[in-house]
Amino acid sequence: MLAQSKLARRIIPCLDVRDGRVVKGVQFRNHEDVGDIIELALRYRDAGADELVFYDITASVDDRTVSPDWISRISREIDIPFCVAGGINSVKAAGARLSAGADKISINSPALARPGLVDELVKAFGTQCIVIGIDSFEDKNIYRVKSHTGDPDKMRETGRDMLGWAKEVTERGAGEIVLNCMNQDGVRKGYDIAQLSALRAQCKVPLIASGGAGTIAHFEDVFKQAGVDGALAASVFHKSVIAIPDLKQALHDRGIEIRI
Amino acid sequence: MSLVIVDTGCANLSSVKFAFERLGAAPVISDNNETILTADKLILPGVGSAPYAMQNIAAKNLVDVLRGVSQPMLGICLGMQLLYETLEEGGRVVEGLGLIPGHVGRLETGNLPSPHMGWNQIEPSQQSPLMRDIKVCDYAYFVHSYAAPISDYTLASSSYGTPFTAVVGKDNVLGCQFHPERSSRVGAQIFKNFLELTL
Repeated sequence: MLAQSKLARRIIPCLDVRDGRVVKGVQFRNHEDVGDIIELALRYRDAGADELVFYDITASVDDRTVSPDWISRISREIDIPFCVAGGINSVKAAGARLSAGADKISINSPALARPGLVDELVKAFGTQCIVIGIDSFEDKNIYRVKSHTGDPDKMRETGRDMLGWAKEVTERGAGEIVLNCMNQDGVRKGYDIAQLSALRAQCKVPLIASGGAGTIAHFEDVFKQAGVDGALAASVFHKSVIAIPDLKQALHDRGIEIRI
Repeated sequence: MSLVIVDTGCANLSSVKFAFERLGAAPVISDNNETILTADKLILPGVGSAPYAMQNIAAKNLVDVLRGVSQPMLGICLGMQLLYETLEEGGRVVEGLGLIPGHVGRLETGNLPSPHMGWNQIEPSQQSPLMRDIKVCDYAYFVHSYAAPISDYTLASSSYGTPFTAVVGKDNVLGCQFHPERSSRVGAQIFKNFLELTL
C-alpha cells in the first residue's frame, strides 16, 4: 500500500475526555488527569499532529452524550481536522456535533446496539464523516468485539467477530475504521500488527491503528507492515515519551510519506 | 469588505466561519438572496451528498442567485463540486450550478482505500492570486470520494490513484477540493489570498 500516493500517513493524538478534562488510563482503567482540552489540542496542532480524536469515554456507559459546547470551542481554535466520539446514538446527536464544528464523528457502542444507525448517519451526513470505532480483544486468535469499554464494570461481550463487524459497517457506508486493539492499549508494547494486517487485507476504507504505541519504531512498523492510513496514540504523546516533530521526521527519514 | 458564507444547509459552516475569523474577517452565514447578492465576496461550503446539497439550494431559491453572481465566490469541497455542470453520486447524475464546464465523477482510487481522506500534496499548475505563496509539495487536507478531472480551469492538481483538480478557477468563480479551514498554514494562506484578491 505504501508509496502509491503522496497521501501522508496520519499521526493522530487521541484525547480521552472525561468531565471536560483529558484523561488517560491503562487498559481503560485507572484514569489520571493529563490536562485541559483546548490547551492540549493547541499544543498538538503546534507540534504537527495531522488530526485529533476526542473520545468522551464515559458517554456510552453513563447514557449521555458529549457536549457540543467544547466541540465548538475546539473548532474555533484549531485548523486541523478533528473527530469526536462518545455516545452518539442518533442522527440528531450526530448533527449537533458536526454543526458545532467536528469534521467527523466516531460511533462505537451505539452502532453495536443498533447497526442501522450507521446507515442513517451515512444517509444524513455522507460517508466521509462517519467513522466506526471498534474495540477488539484478542482471545486465542479470535478477535472479539467489546462494547461499553469506558467502564470495566459495564463492558459487554457483543458476540461479534472484529473482521465480520468491520465488513458489515463498511457495507453500511462507514468512511473510516479505527481499530483499537485492547490487549495492547496503554501498555506501549507496539501495535497489534497481525490483527491490523488482517483487517487491512479486507478493508477498503481508511484504517486507523490504535493501542500499543510506545516507540518510534512501533509507528514505523504499523505503517510499513500493517499498511494503515493513520496511527493513533495517547499516553506516549501526553507524557512526552515521544515528541511529534521527532516522530514525524524519523518516519519521513525512513521513507514513509509524512507531512513535515 | 462583506464576506458571506452561503448557508447550503450542510454541516461545516461554523468551521469555515471560524477559519475566516482567525484571519480577522467577520463573515456572515446567510441564505438570504439580498445578503448574498450584495456581498463583496462569497463562500460556498458543502459536505455530504451532492443531491442533498442541490435540493437544499433549490429549496432556498438560491440556484439562480448563485448562477448569476459576479463577485468572487469560493466553493469548498462539495461546494466546489457544485460549481460544475453535472455531478455523479451513487449512480445518478445531478445538475450542478454550471459555472465551470465539466463533470464531477467518482475518484478512481485503484487499490487505495476510499474515500480519499487525509493530507495530500497539491501542485500549482497556473499562476493565480488564490495560489500566492503556495508551493509544490505543500499539503492540504482532503475528504472526498468524487472529484473533478484536470481541465483548462485547474489552478492546482493533486493525485490519489488518479490525478484530479484540487483548485479550480474561472473568472470570478473559484473552488478548493480540500478543506482550507482544516489545512493549517496552507489553508489559512489560501483564505487570506481569497480575502485579498481583486478581480
